[in-house]
Amino acid sequence: MLFSVIGHYSLILGLFIGLILIFFSIKNFRNSINLDTKILSFTFLQFILVVVSFLCLILSFVFSDFSNETVFNNSHTTKPLFYKISGTWGNHEGSLLLWLLVLTLFIFLFLIKTKDQPTKYKILTLVFQQVIIIGFFVFLIKTSNPFNYLYPIPEEGLGLNPILQDPALAIHPPILYLGYVGSSIIFSSALAATSLNMISKKWASHIKKWVLISWVFLTLGILLGSIWAYYELGWGGFWFWDPVENVSLMPWLALTTLLHCVLVLEKKLVLTSWVIILSISTFTLSMCGTFLVRSGILNSVHTFANDPERGLFILIFLFSLIFISLFIFFFFHKPNQSNLNNFFWLSKETSIIINNWFMMYFLSVVLVGTVYPIFLDVLTSEKISVGPPFYHKLIIPFLIPFLLIMAIGPKLKWIKSNLEDKVYLISLLFISFLLSFLIVKNFNSNFLINTILISSALYLFFVTLRDFFIKKKNNISQNIAHFGFSLLILSILFNSLFSTEIITNLKVGETFETSTTKIIFKNINQKKETNYKSIVGNFSIQNSNGKIDNLSPELRIYNQPNIVTSEADIKTTLLSDKFLVINLVQNQDYFNVRYQVKPFMLWIWLSVLLISSGALISLFKKEYEK
Amino acid sequence: MKNRLLLLFIISIFIIIFIIFYKGLKNTNVYTPDITINKEVPSFSSELFYSNEVIKSKEIFDLDKFYLLNIWSSWCVPCRQEHSSLMDLMKIKKIKIIGLNYKDTKKNAESFLSELGNPFHQIIFDKEGINAIEWGAYGVPESFLIYDRKIIKKYIGPLNKQSIKEIKFLIK
Repeated sequence: MLFSVIGHYSLILGLFIGLILIFFSIKNFRNSINLDTKILSFTFLQFILVVVSFLCLILSFVFSDFSNETVFNNSHTTKPLFYKISGTWGNHEGSLLLWLLVLTLFIFLFLIKTKDQPTKYKILTLVFQQVIIIGFFVFLIKTSNPFNYLYPIPEEGLGLNPILQDPALAIHPPILYLGYVGSSIIFSSALAATSLNMISKKWASHIKKWVLISWVFLTLGILLGSIWAYYELGWGGFWFWDPVENVSLMPWLALTTLLHCVLVLEKKLVLTSWVIILSISTFTLSMCGTFLVRSGILNSVHTFANDPERGLFILIFLFSLIFISLFIFFFFHKPNQSNLNNFFWLSKETSIIINNWFMMYFLSVVLVGTVYPIFLDVLTSEKISVGPPFYHKLIIPFLIPFLLIMAIGPKLKWIKSNLEDKVYLISLLFISFLLSFLIVKNFNSNFLINTILISSALYLFFVTLRDFFIKKKNNISQNIAHFGFSLLILSILFNSLFSTEIITNLKVGETFETSTTKIIFKNINQKKETNYKSIVGNFSIQNSNGKIDNLSPELRIYNQPNIVTSEADIKTTLLSDKFLVINLVQNQDYFNVRYQVKPFMLWIWLSVLLISSGALISLFKKEYEK
Repeated sequence: MKNRLLLLFIISIFIIIFIIFYKGLKNTNVYTPDITINKEVPSFSSELFYSNEVIKSKEIFDLDKFYLLNIWSSWCVPCRQEHSSLMDLMKIKKIKIIGLNYKDTKKNAESFLSELGNPFHQIIFDKEGINAIEWGAYGVPESFLIYDRKIIKKYIGPLNKQSIKEIKFLIK
């Protein structure tokens, strides 16, 4: 009760401070040499107010204060403390408050961390960021207030969606948001720099830090979501081309491309338009994602509430931001033509540009796949859904040149170069091809494309691996990231090629046998926890060489709300995952049993970590060199 | 000049996208009717479970009588748990239980009933889940207490002993 009041008024105060900040910024814009301390303290105050408001919401959840509508809708007294806290952002209102928290955090950090840039630039960045912040304050207070009051006070809450009650998913939103919303600062500062016509090498190395930070968090956030989907949704996959996954992948692709453009811009003053457009599109794609999943146009776990008013607000806000940025880009940006002529076809920047176009292509495939069903529904009221085959067909063939360029590009020099140690590169290509031929030999389907795809991934793998040993002055962060990427693609490929699956219905005590595997359903146990009851099935699985694994998948029956989830049991080893999940067959004693062996699962996660660590090294190397 | 044209072109594309999103928002496939207490039961026509004939809501609910509309499904575990309460309630003459079989297959639903008993006076077969939407249901199970074609009370989640006691009290 008390917390709701404090939280609510902090939000309103925060909104006012936003307005005051814009006023001060405009006033100080012309005559400022140093950043007004007032601006800095107000930004800090705004951040603190949002923190207070956020803490109030967390405390309301911790104390199960059901006079708060958000708490009532998403919590329950029997929930463990950890999930009470994570329930704070496991709903529409709370997660928007988290948006706001990240928005204010980033602008505050930006102002105190940015030292060697003109004051005008800092002020203008602040203004753009405040426009976004104010928009979200209004959105939150008007359409999705997390502190709505309920009377009479209900005795018990409705509970959190059980599939969200999971450790990976509890930290997934904050991490993802740091990347997703963190891109707002790139958006604001790119607009500011464009308006002031100060896009330079110096600016590029300044913005690079922010791009790297957002990128690392976005990557890790997506990774966590993917891991969760793998073991919680019980389908044994890690990426489903679900619209919700796609809307996180689109900003990621834009941000990755931006990262590479900024690297070029830092060395040579080219690709300025690329950098501006990508900075704008990364954030607008994040906003667009929020619109798609929150408005109820798409249905998913992330669609917390379907309120057309909310959708309309985000839609108008999103398009205003797009139009403002278009206006700024077209009227303030002056591309420097002179540099364009210096491009030589065999150079580092050419290879980056080619791969940028590939990335843009992947981005548009994902965009079309995600948005097309909506368009079709509106225009012809036909309902279709776009599935994995669409993405696979359109993306996989283009991965081949993409991987090859990724391997060769970093070997080239800036501006103009000849390829060095050709012998090595060509012989490595030959080895990869031979190796992949041996691997794929036994498969009949898609023989050609698999061979070529695996050989190009292997090629990148070998080239980057070799680089670890030869050149000392080599760009280690780039090498790690590219090495990680080759590992990722290889793991995904092997995973999809060599996965095996057995689906059968079994009673307790029964055995199922194939030529290679023997599944014994030994018994079931029942367990009772505070927020759920569970049925645990005990299986022992024997493979052809006599090795026995014991797996115990679980069915959980949550009491609040009353939902059944199935928890897969997964045995992870270095080379493969054994995945077992059970489901009830209605009205019978049978359980539906799915057993999968999925090779290189662990390596998918590890390689993503490796890619992120490449970016982290790059970030800290910069700090260290200063 | 070329720049201006490009700008206009891009803006018009974005405007078209805006309009499409806007319309998509309006005819959003998620359908949320607001059913409040003391509201008339929604009028609908639906298929009956056993006879397959189409029936209107007015033919199911008579004036002056108590009904309990229970939304259930064979795949819903809590429904199984609440079923004994429904069987218990069936013994009372004053109230008729109407089942709304939600997104189910006939075969599964029939074996569910033959296993646990059939407390329902009539069953509406709602394979697509459309009738449940008209009732403003959140999920399965859910029950609506109806008198005089008006919804008196809504129970979200499985009925338990206490809610059965309450229903018995209310219909007195």
